[in-house]
This record gives sequence, C-alpha cells and structure tokens, in this order.
Amino acid sequence: MRRAHFKFSWIAAVLLAPQLLIIFVFFYWPSAQAMYWAFTLEQPWGGGNTWVGFDNFRKVLTDPYYWASVKVSMIYAFATTALSMAMALTLAMFVDRQLAGYRAYRVTMILPYAVAAPAVGLAFRFVFNPQAGVFSFLNTLSPGIWDPGQSGWQAVLTIILAGAWKHVAYSFIFFLAALQSIPRSLTEASAMDGARPLRRMVDLQLPLLTPTLFFLVIINLTDSFTDSFGIVDTLTGGGPFRATDLMVYKIYADGFRGFDYSGAAAQSIVLMALVMALTFVQFRYVERRVHYS
Amino acid sequence: MMNKLATAACALMALTGAAHADKIKFEYWYGLTGDLGNVVLETCNRFNASQDQYEAVCVGHDGYEKAVQNTIAAFRAGKHPVLLQSFDAGTADLMLSGQFYPVHQMMKDFDITIDWANYFPGIANYYSSSTGDFISMPFNSSTPVFYYNKAHFAKAGITDAPQTWEQMEAAFKALKASGQECSWAYSPDSWIDMEQFSMAHNIPVASNNNGYDGLDTELLFNTTQHLKHMENIQKWMDDGYVQLRTQASGKIARDSFVEGECSVFFSSIADHNTVHKVAPEGLEWDVSMIPVYEGFERHNTVVGGASLWVLAGKSDDEYKAAAAYLAFLATPESEEFFVSNTGYIPVTKGGYQALLDKGFYEAEPYKNRDIALKSLTFTEPGPLTRGIRLGGFIQIRAEWKAEVEAALAGQKTMKEALDTAAARGNEQLSRFAQTYAGKSFP
Repeated sequence: MRRAHFKFSWIAAVLLAPQLLIIFVFFYWPSAQAMYWAFTLEQPWGGGNTWVGFDNFRKVLTDPYYWASVKVSMIYAFATTALSMAMALTLAMFVDRQLAGYRAYRVTMILPYAVAAPAVGLAFRFVFNPQAGVFSFLNTLSPGIWDPGQSGWQAVLTIILAGAWKHVAYSFIFFLAALQSIPRSLTEASAMDGARPLRRMVDLQLPLLTPTLFFLVIINLTDSFTDSFGIVDTLTGGGPFRATDLMVYKIYADGFRGFDYSGAAAQSIVLMALVMALTFVQFRYVERRVHYS
Repeated sequence: MMNKLATAACALMALTGAAHADKIKFEYWYGLTGDLGNVVLETCNRFNASQDQYEAVCVGHDGYEKAVQNTIAAFRAGKHPVLLQSFDAGTADLMLSGQFYPVHQMMKDFDITIDWANYFPGIANYYSSSTGDFISMPFNSSTPVFYYNKAHFAKAGITDAPQTWEQMEAAFKALKASGQECSWAYSPDSWIDMEQFSMAHNIPVASNNNGYDGLDTELLFNTTQHLKHMENIQKWMDDGYVQLRTQASGKIARDSFVEGECSVFFSSIADHNTVHKVAPEGLEWDVSMIPVYEGFERHNTVVGGASLWVLAGKSDDEYKAAAAYLAFLATPESEEFFVSNTGYIPVTKGGYQALLDKGFYEAEPYKNRDIALKSLTFTEPGPLTRGIRLGGFIQIRAEWKAEVEAALAGQKTMKEALDTAAARGNEQLSRFAQTYAGKSFP
C-alpha cells in the first residue's frame, strides 16, 4: 500500500481551521460535555452535580428496557437500510435504462429527501390510521387486524416504512450517479455477447456498484440510528408500551422530557460507541469485498 | 409620494421606538398552545394596554414540556425569561433548584398586596412552601371530571350521573343493553386514573405524605385501591364496555365522545370549552365529578394545569414589571376574562363568588362548569390530598403509562405492570434524592 507524506504547511492549516473549528464546537465539545455528565448526576437547572463514577452506565446497561431499545433500534436500522436501498437500487436501474418518463421520475424521486422527518411522520400518520387511513382497508377485510396503537410489531413496521421511504431518495441519487458512470462500452460489449438486461445487472452493474453500496450502507445505518427521532416522535411517540422506543428517542425522552440529563448523557455515549463499532466492523470486514477500480 | 410615505413611516417608527424605550420590558414564556395560547397572549396585550410603564413580552412555546425545556436551556445560558408558566410535574425540580424568586416574597418586596387567603386551599397547597407561603402564582387551573352523553344515558334508563364506580359499572351494563357499543372512550392517563383518583379516595400515591415530607420517598400506588381500579378497567375492556381511544388507535377519546360513538370520557375541566366548540348541534351532554368506590369517603381532588414562576437572576426593574403583571392577573376582571375564554376555573374564592353573583354558571356555555370547583373544594385538603411532590415525576408518569399500556395489550397482568412501574419509579426517586442530596423542599 502506498503512503502519502505531507509537509506541514501554514496555508493548509489556515484553510482547514474553519472546518476544524466547526467540528470542535459541534462535535468534540458537546461530546466531551456529555462524557463528563455521564459520570455525574447533573442538576437540570444548573447549580452543581455529584460525581457518581460508572453508576449511570451501570443503570443503563442493567436495564432490560434499555436492551429492548437497543434491539428495536437495530431492527429499525437494518430493516430501513435494506428496504430503502433495495427500493432505491431498483428505481435507479429503471431510470438508468431510460424507460418512458424517466426524466420526471428522476426529479420526483429526489423530493422525499427534502421533506423534514416530522412532516414525513405526520403524513404517514394519515396513511397508517387504522380508522381512516390507506391501511384501514385491512380492517375492512378483517376487523381489528391493523391497529398499530395496540400492536407493537405493527408500530415498528410503520416507522420502518416511513423511515425507508424518506431514505430512498438519498440512496437513489448515489445509485443513479454510479450507474451512469459505468462505461457504456462495457454494457454494450456484454449486450453483444448476448447478456440480457437482468444478467447485465447481476454480473456487471452490481459488482461495479460495490463501492457505492458500501458507502450507502454505512451512511444509511448511521443515519437510521441517529436521525430517526422526528419520525418516531410524530408517528408513535415511542409507544405502544415502548415498542418503538428507539435509542435516540429514549435519550430525548429521558434527558429533555424527564430532566435526567446524566442518564441521557450515558445513553448518548453508549449510542456513539455502538455506531462507531458498527462502522469499524464494516470497514474491517465488509470493505474487503469491495472493489475500487 | 413614495418619499412622503417613507418619511412618515420613519417618523412613526421613531415615535413608537421612543415610546417603547421608556417602558420596562420583561419576558414571559408560556406553554399553552392553540386557542388557549392566544388567550394568554391576550392577557399580555390587555396588560400592556392597561398602563404605560411596563411591557410584557410574551412568547409561546409548543406545550408545557417545551416551555420548561427551553427555559432550562436558556437559564443555563443566562438568557432566561423572568416569568415561566410551568406545569405540575416540573414543580419538584424547580423547587429544589432554588433558582426562583418566591412570588409571595416578590409581592412583599414591591409592596403589592395580594390576599393570599383568598385562594382556594386545594390550589394554594399545591403551590406553596411547607410554611404556607406561595412559591409560584396559580394561573390556569383545572381538575378532572367525566363527560357523559345525556341522550345515551336516558335511552339506557339512567337518570342521574353515576357517583360511585359501582354505579358507573351498572351504567356501562345498561348502556350496552341499550345497544351502545362503546360506553367509555378510555386512554390511560396517570393524572386522572392514578393521581386524582388517589386524592378523591384519600389514599397515598407515595410515602412521606406523597413526597411533601422528604426526598426518601417510595411509591405506594401499586398497593392501594388504585390497583383494583386498574384491574377493573381491564376487566371492563375485556367485557367490551371500555374501548381504548388514543391518537395511535385512530381517534382520541374526546372526538369519540363528541361524535357520539362513546357515551363517557374522562378529562380535565379545561376540555369543557373545547367540547362546546366542537360538539355538533344537538349533542346533549354534561359533566360530573369523578366517581369513588363504595366504602370510601369522597375527598377533594387537586389542581392541575400550571402556575407562573418568577426565575432568579433578573434585574429589579424586570421583577417590578413582572410583579405588576401578576397583580394585574390577580384582579377579578382578569380572572373573569381568562375563565370565560377558556375552560379553566377561577383560582380565588372572590373571583368565584363574583361569577356566581352574575349567574355565570347558570347559563350555557358555562353551565355546570363549576362542578370542578365543587370537586376541588369537596373537603379541606388533608396530608394525602394536598397534592403530589415527587422528583422525576415526568418519568414516573411515563413508566406508569407504558406499563399500563402493556397490561391492557395483554402482555402482563395489571399487578405486574403496576409493580414494575412503581419499582422503576422508585429508582427515579432515589436518583432524584441523590442528585439533590442534602436539600429539602422549601
């Protein structure tokens, strides 16, 4: 492997400074603060705190409901990532094949990404409403079968569908760009060899897409862990009976709503460690199978 | 032409600017939203129009919780308002933080006379210190009642509103027999089902007289009649009298009631105004005090809603302005304005009497709304019916709700659910005691 060496340069340092400052102010500083709070009991209105060592972590990690929250966060993250990427890839391939009306699709497909998460949640509240929504037709087939207000797995399903819908757009843009950067000569050559569109997708386009796929998996997973708040808050509020109490939502509920700043800080540290660990695993083990050209 | 207009506009701005500069401004953050938020804003406008010394700058936040959260964040940055409308569950943290200016002290310091004895004891006890001095100013006050559909009741042959839960159960059965599918539109609410229920029955929610006497408090609601009551609700649900009506299930309890689908729902008296506004023509309904079980003597319920806190760290001028605003709110005229434009109840005996003398509660749309006052003043508040003073109360309520939901969904028995809620709530309480080690309620 080639290693690059750079000489220290003042100009580079000056050019980097604004970016570093932003990262410091919005990431390192708050993280350090959270780290400190995680080892203390912080009074919400200021006025001091007490050092409690690992008590906050012990409390969080021995709480069965916390592990339930970790589990449902994992399910949410992997399911939304898989679902949204599968949909995005399918749509991108259709657009890439320039089927009729693809220009209009290309624009509209990007739109969901511009919609704020709470707005997505509100819109889906109508879709999933068991009495009046699109899904209520299930209840006309068999009364009472669709009720996310009382069924945990159905509530989880609603946030997964809403979250996946919102993420399709982002993946779509990247997939489309990647597909369009595949040299035409390759596609044409394989077509001349008699490969049908499906065969070309599986044997030619997908392998060439792996760097994009890898990038999107990491971004989508991280995003699903940290950016799910708006959807949960408007769609289910963490309920029923904690079924959709994702880790980020629990941090908000305990910290801001319940004034337990220290417990929430400890949870943030755990969440950060988890996302870092997942990303590490992917770089270490999954990236080996990625072929950069 | 344009020039003239611009000059005139500049002159006008300079004038109003100068007029504003002379006034002492103070900030007031409130949590009420929608119609109610507009009425709060209106009280500020009325205050500003009533004199030219002070100016209240009133900022609405999206709900009580947001108002308190935002104020805490602002407080830590030193940019907080003078006045905060804080809800009951935020009281314990504020009290122990010590970051407030007790309202009785402030009024005394600025020589404003308020007849504190004029406040209803059920309200006064909630917001005063152990020595009986007001810490925060009572503002929008309510208490729970139940709303019932008179036409449905008449059809089922029930003439009087049930006073006991036994009568209520009989009413459910009669309603069912008369062809009414949903008797009670229910949504779990610890404020009504647990807290006010315990007040009306004179049973404890927690040790230490519901937390008033110390921080080493333990929850007791899983050992009292409250457990029996929640088991009954579950049974009534299984029997098909009670239906769960929440946002997630598609339609909230109030809408289910207003649309005539269900015959009964429980809520704050503050909804009295809303039900009037949204009810279709011809819906016959009334309100009544929450029932008690036979074998229990009915006691008073306590106040819900919010009170106004004066926060520490502001200038004397700002306090003076805020004191003038609070004094303005305490006048009978202001009280009548607020009460007649919202569903809330008067907080002073004088204010109530003035309304009674006018026949305010005789006519629609205010008819019978003072049932809330009757509930609030049913008995003199005792050690168990003064109120609840628990740290981490927002989380205790959340634990209760999540566990009750789990029990209603058939995941565990109601006893297991309430035991878990109490055990987890106790952890919150001991964390709270540890956070404020060595302190006690004022």
